[in-house]
Amino acid sequence: MATDITFEQVNYSYQAGTPFAVQALKDINLKITPGSFTAVIGQTGSGKSTLIQHLNALLKPSSGTVTIGQRVITTETKNKHLKPLRKKVGMVFQFPENQLFEETVLKDIAFGPQNFGVSETDAEVLAKRMAGEVGLDGSLLERSPFDLSGGQMRRVAIAGVLALEPEVLVLDEPTAGLDPRGRLEIMTLVTRLREEQGLTIVLITHQMDDVANYADHVIVMGHGALLKQGSPRVIFSDPKWLQEHQLGLPSATKFAYELQQGGFKFDHMPLTVTDLADQIAPQLSKGAHPHE
Amino acid sequence: MNKVMFGRFIPGHSWVHRMDPRAKLVLSFLYIAVVFFANDVWTYAIMTLLLLLSVAASKIPLRVYIRGLLPLFWLMIFTVLIQVFFGAGGHVYWQWGWLVVSQNGLNSAGLILMRFVLIILVSTILTFTTEPLEIADGIESLLNPLRKLHFPVATLALMLSLALRFVPTLMDEAEKIMNAQRSRGVDFGEGGLRQRIRTIVPILIPLFVNAFNRAVDISTAMEARGYQDGENRTKYRQLKWHRVDTASLVIYVVSLSAVIVLRYFI
Repeated sequence: MATDITFEQVNYSYQAGTPFAVQALKDINLKITPGSFTAVIGQTGSGKSTLIQHLNALLKPSSGTVTIGQRVITTETKNKHLKPLRKKVGMVFQFPENQLFEETVLKDIAFGPQNFGVSETDAEVLAKRMAGEVGLDGSLLERSPFDLSGGQMRRVAIAGVLALEPEVLVLDEPTAGLDPRGRLEIMTLVTRLREEQGLTIVLITHQMDDVANYADHVIVMGHGALLKQGSPRVIFSDPKWLQEHQLGLPSATKFAYELQQGGFKFDHMPLTVTDLADQIAPQLSKGAHPHE
Repeated sequence: MNKVMFGRFIPGHSWVHRMDPRAKLVLSFLYIAVVFFANDVWTYAIMTLLLLLSVAASKIPLRVYIRGLLPLFWLMIFTVLIQVFFGAGGHVYWQWGWLVVSQNGLNSAGLILMRFVLIILVSTILTFTTEPLEIADGIESLLNPLRKLHFPVATLALMLSLALRFVPTLMDEAEKIMNAQRSRGVDFGEGGLRQRIRTIVPILIPLFVNAFNRAVDISTAMEARGYQDGENRTKYRQLKWHRVDTASLVIYVVSLSAVIVLRYFI
């Protein structure tokens, strides 16, 4: 059964009832459909990380309901028996390399499935497959995860979550701190997982280009509230609004707006470089250079 | 992890917040020393009143303090039970094998519990109302006379402030790691003792690795900015003794002397 996730009037306060109480989520309503690619954007401190921790019931709403597949999570839900949700919704946190602890890469990747009752031998078979999936060389499997490079450690961590064989994969800035090549590799991996295995993807990111290139649904968070949601085309059609909320445009879109001021015409604002090229090429070949 | 109130700073402008950290440190130590002299209803009444007065002067609700006690609940129960069963003497109320509940046992259990609560609460007042760095400054200033004996006061103070500075960071990090491992199917706080100990490993190892990495980064950053150990540094924050400090000192000395007098002379 496909797992969809629905938020209904979700509020969340950190440390409710203490002098430090902070309302981190305010009246959130949203739906994540199976097989979709949802991007969550917003400034630092806008509630993105709090939001995603509701996706696998690490946090329970202070009021309202979160429905994950068949399970309904409210503030009264007991902490027991939430484990099946953790298998359905895999969570890759920011800097996931900080969760590595085993002696070898193989054991670390195989750690998750064993917590869900998979036997050691089966878990290791699974771990080897996932290591291949994220592009880790087989020779690294017997090494200590702490001897690897930052980019490799991150792949080990992602493989460790994939080994749970989740239906939904949530990633919190998976490309932070990686070089351009590492970023591209991670994003290619994520799209491939979605296409080949039908995984639902939820991605927190500050890279508007990634949003434009990969996402089909965008959620904009600000001060704990859901400011706007819709397709990337809708979200990026209002550059002034985005700027007011300290958010940028994908580079192709930004470039197109600048060209527009120079006289170029666009029937819709391009989101990707290919789209941009397709629209400006005919205008250039006509020889109708705007400044002439 | 966020629920741990013990050892936290709560910003404010109350009487106690405004006090010099040295005054707060000295008064807390005096209080803790005198708690051990209290031995009957009257002396404990004075100690409790003095504590409640200080709590009121800190303008932080008593229930926040009580919440700070909760993490230590099991330790308190354990101590009390040890005292109840192993404090011998006096009238015996109940006996089963070598387990004896006697009058003296109950008395000393009561005493220990009171001491426990008072000492924790008085140190909680200190940490609730004083920023960790202020505490470190206060300790450094109080230890200053030891410089004459070539005791490395500045180094000690630096270690202390670095350690205090990173307590919240480490707690946040521990929480992040716990969340990550929970997402990988670890059940914290479930199963038998063996199971529970096994679940600590996936938290402690990453926590230690990160702490060491961070320590290296900090020392590099300090050296890059020309830090040298044992130089004579001036302070950005100057400690000043105000009238509130003198007033508090008088109140404490009078009440605590009363306890000593009651104990030995009446």
